[in-house]
Amino acid sequence: MTAIAAHTTWMTQRQLKALARQPAYLIITIIQPVIWLFLFGSLFRKVAELPDFGAPSYLDYLVPGVVVMSALSTSMWSGMTVLEEIERGIMDRFLVLPLHRSAIINASVVMQALTTAIQSFIIVGLGLAAGARYPGGAIGLIVLLVVSVLVAVVFSALSNTIGMLARQRETIIGLSVFLLLPLTFLSSAFMAPALMPHWMQVVADCNPVNWALEAARAALSTAPDWGRVFAQGGGLLVLAVAVTALSVLTFRAYQKSV
Amino acid sequence: MSIQARDAGLARATHAETRAIEARDLVKTYPKEIRALDGLSFTVAEGTVFGLLGPNGAGKSTTVKILTTLAQADSGSAAVAGLDVHAQAAAVRRAIGVVAQRSGADPTATGRENLLLSGRIQGLRGRDLARRADELLARFDLADAAGRMVRTYSGGMQRRLDVAMGLIHRPRVLFLDEPTAGLDPESRSAMWDEIARLSAGEGLTILLTTHYLEEADRLASQLAIVERGRVVASGSPDELKARLHGDTVQVELAFPGDPAELDAVLRQVPAVREVSVSGTQLSARADDGATAVPALLTALERGGVAVHGITAARPSLDDVYLRYAGRRFAEAQESAALSSPPAPSPSGGTR
Repeated sequence: MTAIAAHTTWMTQRQLKALARQPAYLIITIIQPVIWLFLFGSLFRKVAELPDFGAPSYLDYLVPGVVVMSALSTSMWSGMTVLEEIERGIMDRFLVLPLHRSAIINASVVMQALTTAIQSFIIVGLGLAAGARYPGGAIGLIVLLVVSVLVAVVFSALSNTIGMLARQRETIIGLSVFLLLPLTFLSSAFMAPALMPHWMQVVADCNPVNWALEAARAALSTAPDWGRVFAQGGGLLVLAVAVTALSVLTFRAYQKSV
Repeated sequence: MSIQARDAGLARATHAETRAIEARDLVKTYPKEIRALDGLSFTVAEGTVFGLLGPNGAGKSTTVKILTTLAQADSGSAAVAGLDVHAQAAAVRRAIGVVAQRSGADPTATGRENLLLSGRIQGLRGRDLARRADELLARFDLADAAGRMVRTYSGGMQRRLDVAMGLIHRPRVLFLDEPTAGLDPESRSAMWDEIARLSAGEGLTILLTTHYLEEADRLASQLAIVERGRVVASGSPDELKARLHGDTVQVELAFPGDPAELDAVLRQVPAVREVSVSGTQLSARADDGATAVPALLTALERGGVAVHGITAARPSLDDVYLRYAGRRFAEAQESAALSSPPAPSPSGGTR
């Protein structure tokens, strides 16, 4: 077990270093959520005035939405790196080294989780500076951080799986573009479920992005409903474990195809 | 026999029972019925440079993938450094160094970082690792570029880094899959010198795949010629050539000759045999080309056959290849290039 941890750490460090050497990418990753925060914040400001919306200010409501959407949008590209490493022969080189198999494929998920945590932290801070309030306090914010990380794990593992199966950049690009907006808008990211058409509420109940938001919003409210937090967050955790396991299995299949 | 070859022979004698690599009846079929290996067998003695020679698509890379634990054979068995590649894969990975056809170095990391990561995974730590990395960087002339991202390296530098990465943990067996493919002539000859030095200095066993006849001839003390997934001939380059029974004598005739007539003329020359005529080209084998040439010329002159030119040459590996594979090496290469799909799947590479 300690060997797996050590190997995953080395492999994650490698990816973090590569990320740090792409300042343009880093800056975009940070600026994009800021744009969403202030764009949607201004555009939908009046939404909070609707009856039944249930939040005092739209910015308060928006921060968890942008945190989770950002987690989703960056992690869905994870498979591109895996694909590039397969094409360059980097993957095959690691496979002939005495390296734990799961460390190779899980490092990208761990890296995605770390970057998401940092990104989420920045968004929450910016929201606070702009006047957002988080009644659930530190514990509520920790729950938000945890669920955004879980969303990153689910979708980066999924992206890796698809990358290894399809072996085509276009598939990952297409799927990311195709999924991002529906998954975001079919959740409570920008709009209270009470105000959604009924069919959307039904779909949202099956959307893991919504599970994350429901758990975070419950934890961030003045009187947290912990049963709801654990039910929704637990579902997300189970899904994260399942998709990670699936990506490891796909990785085994990849090894067989070499 | 060259001094180097004699040394290799001696090394073989002392380690007669130690086999660094043993491949037995390897079969591997890829999806879509591509039979990459069709009962391939060979053994490599410890401390030697063994060459797998064959055109693209002959099965060399597939063999390397199986021996380095990357791929699994459908049937057959293989052992590297005395360890079974399937049952003891993890131990095999610690005993071997691999330089694959595609670089495999991370382009977004520096040369030193790539080297350190390989070393760490192989179990080296701290000062030992740093010292070994510095030693290899200096030896492969990469010390100045060590802090630069690999993306900025030239093809030759990248290849040298690949070899350094393969050597970081002092492996017992080093696999070099087409180590000089795509290199410019200068980098190629530098790489040859380096490989020759590796085998001479460190008692390392090297398995080298190549589709360059010259490379196999120059570096390998033992060779296996691979054709369509099987070994069609093996031995030292000299042995393989000697099996062709003598030198090749090529005569260029002034006019297309009549084979029967020429045969009658040349039957009186005991030094030559296996005479064949095609147009104005006459070729024959002779135990000793140098003494056969004057005798041949005299006989032809007596028979009234006008000659434009004559050459005698030691048999080349191309002659060996022709003999065992039934076609010239260049032809095999060309047909491989024509029959293989233009862009194999990303993992496929050259099989």
